[in-house]
Amino acid sequence: MDWLYMYMPIAGVNILWPGLVLIGFSVGVIGGFFGMGGAWMVTPGLNILGFPMAFAIGTDMAHIAGKSMVSTMRHSKFGNVDYKLGFIMVLGTFIGIEIGAQMVMYLERLGRIDAVVRYVYVLFLALIAFMVFYDYAKAVRKKKAGAVDGERGTEGLTWYKAFHRINIPPMVHFKTAGFTCSAWLPAGVSFLTGVLAGFLGIGGGLFRMPALVYLIGCPTHIAVGTDLFEVMISGLYGAFTYSLKGRIELVAVFVMLTGAAIGAQIGTVATKYARGYGIRVAFGIAVICCMISIILKQFGFSNSSAALILITIALMCVYISVIMFKGAAAELREKKAAKQASHPLS
Amino acid sequence: MRSLLKRVLCFIAGIGLCLPHLAWASGEVATNLVVVADTRRVTGFLKYIANTYNTDPWLFAVWAVVITAVWGGILGFVMDFIMERSGLDLKSRKIIEH
Repeated sequence: MDWLYMYMPIAGVNILWPGLVLIGFSVGVIGGFFGMGGAWMVTPGLNILGFPMAFAIGTDMAHIAGKSMVSTMRHSKFGNVDYKLGFIMVLGTFIGIEIGAQMVMYLERLGRIDAVVRYVYVLFLALIAFMVFYDYAKAVRKKKAGAVDGERGTEGLTWYKAFHRINIPPMVHFKTAGFTCSAWLPAGVSFLTGVLAGFLGIGGGLFRMPALVYLIGCPTHIAVGTDLFEVMISGLYGAFTYSLKGRIELVAVFVMLTGAAIGAQIGTVATKYARGYGIRVAFGIAVICCMISIILKQFGFSNSSAALILITIALMCVYISVIMFKGAAAELREKKAAKQASHPLS
Repeated sequence: MRSLLKRVLCFIAGIGLCLPHLAWASGEVATNLVVVADTRRVTGFLKYIANTYNTDPWLFAVWAVVITAVWGGILGFVMDFIMERSGLDLKSRKIIEH
């Protein structure tokens, strides 16, 4: 069974390559659906396959960049990527990531910061999960009461409306996302999420996607597509900086990317058949599982933490694949019926 | 709105102030990690990449970004070609939030 193992020259270990393909595939599905890189899912998976932790983050970053490129291409065809918004946010993200990374290096010089990073991570994940489920509960209540917020339908939290009233020039109209706001709003939000991403050593999609929805006011589908564009750029930047530090295993990146390219198609196409709140609630569940896994790890239950992440990945993959295949089958049936109706004799 | 902004800013500032103290209390100073790629068991382009990793970190970093982007682009085009033959409409979608 030697052919199932591949030698990683930089990390110096033999790795089960179908495992890498499977991780790439799963994260491709989930990332394409939620608009995030999925570093929190890749790291424990790589570790279980026998990958040294020193290389996990850098390898994640490069893989995320390539995978997001595939997903962005697909989302772009659906019209889910607002490039103007993405480019404005890229600048804030870069500066933010660099400041976050500098903070980590400063704290590293003081001592071990693993625990600090985990506390901050858990705190923000708890905030996001609370926001997502509070928003959902509010939207359900409003819908039952018959309230409609406009062409998007019923919405729970509409904080973005208050932020859109900020009149600091330049005011920019984002055609794809369908709103006008001060350019400082996306720049500022991306800066803050970038600082967090750099500090936690992640791509930042986990924070940026909800920020795009709740603070900037993007429809969920466009938030997913635009965030993936951001993840692609920040992932390439992250790959560069981690490569400079020698913390990357390129062979693993390519193997994982091959699986991710297939998974990304499923995750991305599934967004076509999902409602915005369906994506948001599933995202909230993923955030809660991520949070619990970090808490378990903090208290020394590393195996339970990895198991929880793997179970979450598997269930999310099944859920998203079901949405995609059911939606695709229904669409093909409709097309066939329409064709038969227009040509009854053929 | 202002009170919400104030609360958020106070919260962020609080975290910023607490971090150095938490880190200071958490343990001993970390040591640097030095890794050398094993060039004995690989050939061809992989050997070149492993050698570059050992000798020129900047060139290795540039290669890492370029190869990742090119491989991602190639896979994207290939998957696009395959998906377009599935019969699905992959160019439009309706946005329904709830």
